[in-house]
Amino acid sequence: MKNKKATLLAVLGLLGIMLAGCGKQQATDKITIVGSTALQPLVEKAANEFDQEHQGNITVQGGGSGTGLSQVQEGAVQIGNSDVFASQQNGIRANELVDHKVAVAGIAPIVNRGVNIKNVTMKQLREIFTGKITNWKQLGGKDQEIVVINRSKGSGTRVTFESDVMKGVEPMSAQEQESNGTVQQIVSNTPGAISYISFSYLRSQGIKPLMIDGVKPTSKNVETNKWKIWSYEHMYTKGKPTGKTKKFLQFMLSDKVQNSLVEEMKYISIHQMQVEKSPSGKITEIK
Amino acid sequence: MDEIKPKLLSKSKQTAEDRRGKILCYACLSLIVVLIVSILYFIMDKGAATFTQNHLSITEFFTGTKWDPGHHLIGALPMITTSFLVTILAALLATPFAIGVAIFMTEYAPKKGTKALRAVIELLVGIPSVVYGYIGLMVVVPFVRKIIGGTGFGILAGTLVLFVMILPTVISLTADSLKSIPVSYRQAALALGATKWQSIYKIVLRAALPGILTAIIFGMTRAFGEALAVQMVIGNAVLMPHGLGTPTATLTSQLTSQMGNTVLGTVSNNALWSLALILLLMSLAFNLLIRFITRKGAIKR
Amino acid sequence: MNPKTSDKIARKVIYGVVVLLILLLVFLIGYILVTGLPDMSWHFLTSVSESFEAGGGIRDQIFNSVYILILTTLISLPIALGVGIYLAEYAKDNWFTNFLRTIIELLSSLPSIVVGLFGYLLFVIKFQIGFSIISGAITLTFFNLPLLTRSIEDAFRSVPRDQREAGVSLGISKWKTITGIVLPCALPEILTGIILSAGRIFGEAAALIYTAGQSNSVINYADWNPFSPTSPLNIFRPAETLAVHIWKVNTESILPDAHQVSSGSAAVLIIVILIFNFGARWLGNTVYRKLTATEKGK
Repeated sequence: MKNKKATLLAVLGLLGIMLAGCGKQQATDKITIVGSTALQPLVEKAANEFDQEHQGNITVQGGGSGTGLSQVQEGAVQIGNSDVFASQQNGIRANELVDHKVAVAGIAPIVNRGVNIKNVTMKQLREIFTGKITNWKQLGGKDQEIVVINRSKGSGTRVTFESDVMKGVEPMSAQEQESNGTVQQIVSNTPGAISYISFSYLRSQGIKPLMIDGVKPTSKNVETNKWKIWSYEHMYTKGKPTGKTKKFLQFMLSDKVQNSLVEEMKYISIHQMQVEKSPSGKITEIK
Repeated sequence: MDEIKPKLLSKSKQTAEDRRGKILCYACLSLIVVLIVSILYFIMDKGAATFTQNHLSITEFFTGTKWDPGHHLIGALPMITTSFLVTILAALLATPFAIGVAIFMTEYAPKKGTKALRAVIELLVGIPSVVYGYIGLMVVVPFVRKIIGGTGFGILAGTLVLFVMILPTVISLTADSLKSIPVSYRQAALALGATKWQSIYKIVLRAALPGILTAIIFGMTRAFGEALAVQMVIGNAVLMPHGLGTPTATLTSQLTSQMGNTVLGTVSNNALWSLALILLLMSLAFNLLIRFITRKGAIKR
Repeated sequence: MNPKTSDKIARKVIYGVVVLLILLLVFLIGYILVTGLPDMSWHFLTSVSESFEAGGGIRDQIFNSVYILILTTLISLPIALGVGIYLAEYAKDNWFTNFLRTIIELLSSLPSIVVGLFGYLLFVIKFQIGFSIISGAITLTFFNLPLLTRSIEDAFRSVPRDQREAGVSLGISKWKTITGIVLPCALPEILTGIILSAGRIFGEAAALIYTAGQSNSVINYADWNPFSPTSPLNIFRPAETLAVHIWKVNTESILPDAHQVSSGSAAVLIIVILIFNFGARWLGNTVYRKLTATEKGK
């Protein structure tokens, strides 16, 4: 029984260390970044490079845009990643947060490989998602039912799709999937399926991106807003950033990140954009 | 006389030791009770907020079919129905299977065979649910699509995945309960000239009934709470299920896919915690049912 | 129907069901291994994972899984032992014991996602521990406790009564009897219980996504000071386990070789659990032999 007491002591000791450690942890300039799972790989990679250069201590976690925004608002983390504007998120006091747009993500409708349609009009796309068009035959394809796979309510991709494509029209209730990866798997496995994902995920085998009104989903077209469905990737801080956090955000916007990492991941560099989009979807040209 | 007096009047070393041991046990006990009570309180508190703070209607929650907490629509009936359907169907599918295998393990198989079978079944418990979901997406969904048409996502796919997932639990618990039936029962039946199957069917299975029921309900509890695997094959459309092959959503699938997108303290978030509360209450109900069955069974024996 | 015929039919049906089950098992495990093993290499097991390039490995994930597993067992074992002993040896059959059993069972049947969110809000946010190994380990303790308590209680109950009577008749206190005589007898079964519950912890993802986190910090394996931020032993660093890695790679990853990484990780996971299972049996038998000085395992 000595053993058991020893373990008990060890555990108590461990808990003690843990509590002591808590105090210590706060002192170091550790940066915690939480939020959007779509943005996570980019920030993670950038953070790794930043850490090596500046002896930083950055932790990057997913958890979703909602989590990121609420955590940064409560001051629990230094940076909250989000795919949507803070003002579009319920329960967030957007005026307390400072927006840092670090990249642009294009979003493309994708269909299963077996669908022999290459181009749709914006109106047709809308009608597919509202349930007016239910068979590929109606668009000149083969006689096959359309399987609509929407994205989870509140997810950044869906918010963008709704404001840029649906224009306020409620989509029909359909299958919903949370993550880009799962959507990609499902569309490539389901005959007649249609959904939408961000450009970064377009590389898979079984899926095929659609053109809209004859425009191809490419980075070049997003830069000029010829391709209309895109959104910013945001990193929010509470108030103006200081110290290491500020340095890291500057690093995110530096050419080093923007010209290599951002492009490798099929995001569009924020410096390349020739137009600007407001939270309400209004487009203005940058002179 | 005087030497022995203190020894008689004071507590012996043994008693003191015993006390120390008991105190240690009680300390652990209170710790676990505190832990559990805190988690229960926490979920109840959060889950009730939809009704106490946001003043949404409980009746709508249980009977409504429109789910859009952002717009204060909190009809959770589709998810509740689907959760129950997949759970019950998975249990129905697993039960004959589990009883058959358990009978084999306890009555027919040689000892070595039982051990090997048990080892492999226990291995199944350790496969992460993500992997089950993945296989479900790659194998089960296309299979269902071939058989009943549609997209393949929906209750049937969910049921099949859950069936495999709860199988190990149900089998090993059923086998335990069959094993606990005294050999003398079987010997008595065989001595009366019954065939092996008669002794199993008429004596062993009857005597083990409460244990088997418990095993099934345990399996159902697991099925009810399973999240990641079901989420990948159920389709996640908050719609009343119209058939076995139409996409729908369970409580857990909705919970997992929405939690990250909502902000703490908003209606959308509270509504999700209310779903968690239902899950909790259902676990409680399942547990009470098990308790009830075990007690009934115990009296009969 | 003739009892003889029905006996034969029943036997055939039962054998048929068992064959089906074995086919199912072979298919499942075969599927995982066949899709996973071809991509397995020393490089895969020993290199760091990549965020969006091919060729990443799972070195840190394996270490994290094992480390979290050990911590969880260290925290939950003493508590479970105390409660298990109480339930098996001291508890009277009254409402309190009933209540206790009910809530412990309840804890084990809570959906892991709910426990994970609880851990997230309490440890990560409220106590400000952040996404860390320790948050994950404490959260997993919630799962582990009911399973362990149950197997410990069962182990104690399976020890024959006369062992206890022998102890008490020698004038040893009840506590000493329990710890000195009953515990060693029950030890093999307890060990089996620990290792089997370990299998479940090893495969748990939903509870860890929000507590231990879904990414790793840079780890330096030469640094064994548990307080240094780059040390693998630091319990405050975020840690992605193998099961979480599979989940992440399947859902959000843009790795070109996501499919290989995920099936490779799944295969590693299965193999580790396989080792656990057989290890549990072997260890149980060995310990039993050592402690009881019998020749053969029970």
